[in-house]
Amino acid sequence: MLGKLSLEAIPYHEPIIMVVAAIMAIGAFALIAALTYYRKWGWLWSEWFTSVDHKKLGIMYFLVALVMLLRGFSDAIMMRLQLAMAAGGSMGYLPPEHYDQIFTAHGVIMIFFVAMPMVIGLMNLVVPLQIGARDVAYPFLNNLSFWLFAAGAILVNVSLFVGEFATTGWLAYAPLSGIEYSPGVGVDYWIWALQISGVGTTLTGINFFVTILKMRTPGMTLFRMPIFTWTSLCANVLIIASFPILTATIALLTLDRYLGMHFFTNDFGGNMMMYVNLIWAWGHPEVYILILPAFGVFSEVIATFARKRLFGYTTMVWATVAITLLSFIVWLHHFFTMGAGANVNAFFGIMTMIIAIPTGVKVFNWLFTMFRGRLEFTSPVLWTLGFIITFTLGGMTGVMLAVPGANFVLHNSLFVIAHFHNVIVGGVVFGMMAGMTYWFPKAFGFTLDETWGKRAFWCWLIGFYLAFMPLYVLSFFGAVRRMQSYANPEWQPWMILALVGAVVIMLGIACTVIQLWVSIRDRRLNADVTGDPWNGRTLEWSVASPPPHYNFAHAPEVGGIDSFWTHKQRGIEAVDQVPYQDIHMPRNTVAGPIISLFAVVLGFALVWHIWWLAITAAIGGLVSFLARVFNDDIDYWVPAAEVARSERAHQQARDEWQTNGSAQGDFAPAELRG
Amino acid sequence: MSKIRRFLGTLSLWSLSLLLAGCSSALLDPKGEIGVEQRSLILTSFGLMLIVVVPVIVMTLLFAWRYRHRERPAAYQPDWAHNNWIEAVVWVVPCLIIAVLAALTWHTSHTLDPHKPLASSEDTLEIQAVSMDWKWLFIYPEQGIATVNEVAFPVDVPVRFRVSSDSVMNAFFIPQLGSQIYAMAGMDNDVHLIANHPGRYAGRSTNYSGAGFSGMTFEALATSEQGFEAWVDKVRAAEQGLDYPDRYAELAAPSQYHPVEYFSSVTPHLYEQLLLSFHDGAEHGDSHDLESATATRSDAADHRVRHHHTDQRDALRRQPARTEAGG
Repeated sequence: MLGKLSLEAIPYHEPIIMVVAAIMAIGAFALIAALTYYRKWGWLWSEWFTSVDHKKLGIMYFLVALVMLLRGFSDAIMMRLQLAMAAGGSMGYLPPEHYDQIFTAHGVIMIFFVAMPMVIGLMNLVVPLQIGARDVAYPFLNNLSFWLFAAGAILVNVSLFVGEFATTGWLAYAPLSGIEYSPGVGVDYWIWALQISGVGTTLTGINFFVTILKMRTPGMTLFRMPIFTWTSLCANVLIIASFPILTATIALLTLDRYLGMHFFTNDFGGNMMMYVNLIWAWGHPEVYILILPAFGVFSEVIATFARKRLFGYTTMVWATVAITLLSFIVWLHHFFTMGAGANVNAFFGIMTMIIAIPTGVKVFNWLFTMFRGRLEFTSPVLWTLGFIITFTLGGMTGVMLAVPGANFVLHNSLFVIAHFHNVIVGGVVFGMMAGMTYWFPKAFGFTLDETWGKRAFWCWLIGFYLAFMPLYVLSFFGAVRRMQSYANPEWQPWMILALVGAVVIMLGIACTVIQLWVSIRDRRLNADVTGDPWNGRTLEWSVASPPPHYNFAHAPEVGGIDSFWTHKQRGIEAVDQVPYQDIHMPRNTVAGPIISLFAVVLGFALVWHIWWLAITAAIGGLVSFLARVFNDDIDYWVPAAEVARSERAHQQARDEWQTNGSAQGDFAPAELRG
Repeated sequence: MSKIRRFLGTLSLWSLSLLLAGCSSALLDPKGEIGVEQRSLILTSFGLMLIVVVPVIVMTLLFAWRYRHRERPAAYQPDWAHNNWIEAVVWVVPCLIIAVLAALTWHTSHTLDPHKPLASSEDTLEIQAVSMDWKWLFIYPEQGIATVNEVAFPVDVPVRFRVSSDSVMNAFFIPQLGSQIYAMAGMDNDVHLIANHPGRYAGRSTNYSGAGFSGMTFEALATSEQGFEAWVDKVRAAEQGLDYPDRYAELAAPSQYHPVEYFSSVTPHLYEQLLLSFHDGAEHGDSHDLESATATRSDAADHRVRHHHTDQRDALRRQPARTEAGG
């Protein structure tokens, strides 16, 4: 009846997990109680869960990502504590089977459920506004994508309390992830969490690809698009091209595990090298899916706060395109030590280094954007400067790893760990923090607190160097990744230093939490009435903060790069000579959350081999989908009168602010300039 | 070129050793020629990259500070966004550095190719290394002996490690001697190494392989010729032998932090038989006693019989090709 599921699946004997479970249960209970007490369920459901508004979906993506960051970071600090203890014969406090789950969960969560949703969340919030669109091309799919992603995140969290998570490392290399060597349910949780959220990601890729290509406002040619939109376009091309590889690879592994097939087993013609090739054929483009939009954020931030046009726009675009293409022909550098011939290794090594050229060009373009500008040291700028330096160092170690001869001794060592945290923390995390601070007022109508933002930055920056520079050093001693303990006591001081670094990063995360709290508390003080708190350059700053649900009353006309900035310089007000018209908008949908609820049940049932439940859930999901397909009532018209009312309200608030603004003197940018 | 390389090498060696002062660093203190070449390769590429990295860091701090927003700002040109000279320099300089690195990469990928036999007046010693859950089995085909978690070889004698796995993927690595290589079931991988200084060097698996991975370490003894012979005699004096498949299956059962073991004799062609056992799904030292796995195994019983008549050497000749194809 319940397949492999029984009460023994709950890890009572693991005190750490039980404490975490208790804390999370209390938190969830408090949240549910609060929502019920304040009667917010209806509001949550109709305004957020079923919303197809790209801005709200973007916010929800980011919110889930921040929550998952806490989970992924708890894993990180547990690992660092373990390694600071487990030297010279000591086994630390985490036995291997627990430690192995933690490093696997850390990687999976940070990549799939923190970095990806942050990137996709920012794209959701910003891209339609930057191209002057009223929504994405497929609003329902957008809602479904979010909920499928959330379904994957739920499955990963369920694995903490019911059963176990994979102990295979985040990419679940076969044959270790095969049924013979991993008979438990951990890998199955990994499989279904990634498959379900992966479908969501693929749909997002298609959605934004079409949105950017087809829904740009009149006059916005490809080479007039803001750089963040360009980098998002490239990231979505990468998603479309690479995520199907991941889906197919995991599907083959699933056939091995569930039906006894032999794609990746040791025997019967299985080939584990095929698995490694396939997973990295997705895995390498994946890191560019994360970093390209972060490059876009830095480009927007640096141009805005240097009060200057981005240096070398065209070069920037072509560098992005070059990276996009090259990212597909470098995957083998993840396993030079597999034993390929010298020609093969050399080819992939050289291709990898060539990526450093367009990336280097980008770095120089950011530098020359600052050159002869007027740079304001706001927290997004600090994140950007921290990024340029940190990422450059990470790029350097990346090139060192790309030399096969050197890779033969650096591979699988802590050098690799230090390197990719160097680029992912220094690139993606810093980029997302910069992006969050930069676009927060657009999403919520008030700016984030600068003091706590800067504190968060300094903690992250210092913490990063303390945590990861020791790992570079340790790699030269021969320390490898994924060790639960080590014999050499000489390594311990460096491991303790790394732990200190992780604690400093934790303070940085705490600063961000406090920053959010303080900013919400002081929201009236930091209100962004104009919709343009930073004196921005691109279209998203031309509408109110937060924008009306239809974004633009009229499709804006664009005559060049940074056209909003140009308009402001020439004193052209976006005054509405034309009368307002009815606006066609998509209706909210219950299908997204319902289909995804079935997806969670389906995933859980498949993990535990509860076949009747799996079939029921699959049918339920299909029926919900069909119900949506045959539903004609999916759109409505916003009457022109309502548009006029909302636009006038914004205009009035702006005018009032401009008359009284100087008297108040507490407008955020003025404070920042001080 | 070589002068520049040597200068860069010295410079970075100096700065790195300062960084690592007082600690015994395996990669910066190599004990064999492969490791020495790899150290200089790491330092050279590090030095070459510094040509870009240092100016970038300096320019970042300099530009950010000089062009900061202030009362009397430095030159401000809000619409200046293109300059052919700068564009040319930022493309050409990285291209040049990468061109040098690419040449270096092409060259060293061939000279340091792990499959390439080392030039030496001495005959190459062959040692077969098999990763198991979670220990290393070393087979000496010429000497007819085997050991667990300890391997010995004479200094200045090139050693060809043939590397395979009895279970999941691992990687064979002795940091102070250089290159690692993956150990994969059914695959006949190899890495050529040499020790030029006698000593005891730590070796381990670098590729995560499950619960016992952290304890998958071994000791490599680089000794004099006489020392090696004495060591072989010591192993030959062991009471147990390693028969395939019975005693082998016992050994292959998962164990963690396995002690050093010696086997005075070993079934001939054990390594080859192990490789073959994965190719047709034949039984081998199997302790992962899973219902599904055994069920599928017996389905293929007739396959197994047929394949046992295949010429073993033919099958083996296909091995390196398969390994290469994977890359």
